[in-house]
Amino acid sequence: MSDRVHVATRKGLFVVSRQGSGVWRITNASFLGDHVSMVLEDSRDGTTYAALAHGHFGAKLHRSRDGGNGWDECATPAYPERPDGAPPDVNSIGREIPWKLSMIWALEPGGSDEPGLLWSGTIPGGLFLSRDAGESWELVKSLWDDPLRKQWFGGGYDYPGIHSICVDPRNARRLAVGISCGGVWWSEDGGGSWACHSDGMWAAYMPPERKHDPAIQDPHCLVQCRHFPDTFWVQHHNGVFRSTDDGRSWQEVAGVPPSNFGFAVAVHPSDPDTAWLVPSVSDEHRVPVDGRVVVTRTRDGGKSFEVLSNGLPQDHAYDLTFRHALDVDDSGECLVFGSTTGSLWISQDQGDSWTPISTHLPPIYCVRFG
Amino acid sequence: MPKVEFTANLQRHVALPPTEAQGRTVREVLDRVFSTNERARSYVLDEQGALRPHMVIFVNGEPITDRLSLSDAVSDSDEIFILQALSGG
Repeated sequence: MSDRVHVATRKGLFVVSRQGSGVWRITNASFLGDHVSMVLEDSRDGTTYAALAHGHFGAKLHRSRDGGNGWDECATPAYPERPDGAPPDVNSIGREIPWKLSMIWALEPGGSDEPGLLWSGTIPGGLFLSRDAGESWELVKSLWDDPLRKQWFGGGYDYPGIHSICVDPRNARRLAVGISCGGVWWSEDGGGSWACHSDGMWAAYMPPERKHDPAIQDPHCLVQCRHFPDTFWVQHHNGVFRSTDDGRSWQEVAGVPPSNFGFAVAVHPSDPDTAWLVPSVSDEHRVPVDGRVVVTRTRDGGKSFEVLSNGLPQDHAYDLTFRHALDVDDSGECLVFGSTTGSLWISQDQGDSWTPISTHLPPIYCVRFG
Repeated sequence: MPKVEFTANLQRHVALPPTEAQGRTVREVLDRVFSTNERARSYVLDEQGALRPHMVIFVNGEPITDRLSLSDAVSDSDEIFILQALSGG
């Protein structure tokens, strides 16, 4: 069971650690006052990465080799110069896409046999690769240059963004990335070529003729079961979807209580039928249903659900959980989630009961077990 | 040579003391300043060389007009201030 959680917030990065007594406490704070959009602890070498989103000074990436006590700034993904004479890069809804980094939205390590290899998903939609632990980055041009990218558009942000990157534990050259709003994209060759397969997903926010278009789907979060990697779960803008055939098709998981709207999803690392969601009312009402914070769990692949509330506020609570703010540890026993209201809860029994770690942190963007 | 001064808020992230640098345009002056401090360049300019959206550059108290190319002319006696817009909470 993990004993450390990294918590990226609107105003700093925090480490929460399990004490000898079993109590979890905040044990470190870095980048106080700064917007931390993503954090990654790379288990291959112990390096921690923190992506910052300075309002004035742009996105930056920092790296720590000593568990978060000391940080140094490393290279930040940067978009290349546009070719001379190229027409404006305008997407299908008429918005010009700037070739400029807006935010680092995803950071993932490559395979266990790829030391130092990192993937980064960004807004406005570029996927970047580092082969040297963040010393340098290159835009994955095969995806950026795909004509279907013009179909992507922003969901929540002005421009599209890559927020989920799944590296197949069986073969690290097999990748799946989730894009809001651009569907789920797959590579079989380490990012050399790409195909969009979102078959089965549908989009309530599009006209009927376009609702099944794979490249405009809005998967809020895409996760892959570590030990049964043919199974993926997606919390989509208008529902929950699951694939059990390695992403070739998606089935909608209906009847999620108390709502099928949300951002985050987590899947048990060794039980592909067990997943957790943190629902809120709907697209236009992004607050918990009836002011009650709950986590919804299925243990049978979405045939039935339990609404878990033990230890969570049940009266006038308006916490919203963003897409990266729910995580499950390697054992599948321990879960953590955070909210826009700065609340952070941990469960050590698969969600049956929850303990608040803090209810007054800055708005939480990302939580990750170390 | 034109004088160059950066917002104090930037000093928290990267040291940029007041300096002087040769150049006939804001771009030339900043290129010279950043040539010895490449990390600082990315805090003021984006990867395409344009002024970041929430930054502003004044020359003798007047904001520059060319935020993309920074082609505004400067003379040896000018004072350039690089500041950030006030925003957020």
